[in-house]
Amino acid sequence: MSEAIEVTTQQPKALQESTEAARVIRPPVDIFEDDAGITVQADLPGVSKERLSVHLDKDSLAIEGTAEIPVPEGMQSVYADIRSTHYQRSFSLSSELDGDQAEATLKDGILTLRIPKRAQYQPRKIEIRVG
Amino acid sequence: MFTSLSSFEGSLFDDFRRVAREMDQLFGGTPWPNGIRAVARGTFPPINIGSTPNQVDVYLFAAGVDPNSLDISIQQNLLTIKGERRTTAVEGATYYRKERVDGAFHRVVTLPEDVDPDHVEASYRDGVLHVAIRRREAAKPRQIQVQ
Repeated sequence: MSEAIEVTTQQPKALQESTEAARVIRPPVDIFEDDAGITVQADLPGVSKERLSVHLDKDSLAIEGTAEIPVPEGMQSVYADIRSTHYQRSFSLSSELDGDQAEATLKDGILTLRIPKRAQYQPRKIEIRVG
Repeated sequence: MFTSLSSFEGSLFDDFRRVAREMDQLFGGTPWPNGIRAVARGTFPPINIGSTPNQVDVYLFAAGVDPNSLDISIQQNLLTIKGERRTTAVEGATYYRKERVDGAFHRVVTLPEDVDPDHVEASYRDGVLHVAIRRREAAKPRQIQVQ
């Protein structure tokens, strides 16, 4: 239900934005964590590898992309759910994540970003020797 | 929330109803009726529709869909797109955010009356499905020569 509330509260603001360029799409994401790291998946339909930027530094992650959709010449828009081609979203990171080892893949408009935890933060299994 | 699983879109070429839908979003209800196949904004997948004198172009923003699993059909001027999008479910992982749509979707688009159901082309690239439906010759604007 939270999604529905978010949409209605954002709508008046979106209508006030006069220029197309000023609008930014906040892409939906899934974020999950396992023992070895965190995975972020974002829906960025229309974005190719060349037009995607994933900026990762010590304490922040910024995803930015531009959708490129070839349209026939002289096309008139009749109906539009999507009114911008620019995607943007950012997150803050915590220190145990190792940005240097992060890996990003883009397939069919889905960005998958894997950020592993630093070795010292990964859970270790302690072997018990029988003495 | 639940409407996003089975959704319909219609009366797209009616400006009045489109404005009505936007007003609906703003004020939470309007005295005038919505299109019978209309759905709330925010339904997955988002659709854009454009038109030229030669064809009507429908764009579906559906990332991560197997194009071969899509069921696209056209009956008269009603375009139906059915499909399924599965997000990766990782066993034992802790989810912090789960905003992406997971499951079956279904959208119906009412096209103009002059489309030719025999000339439809669909392509899928970078998560966007593009369906181009040609218009009938008779409907195209023609230059009339004065004798």
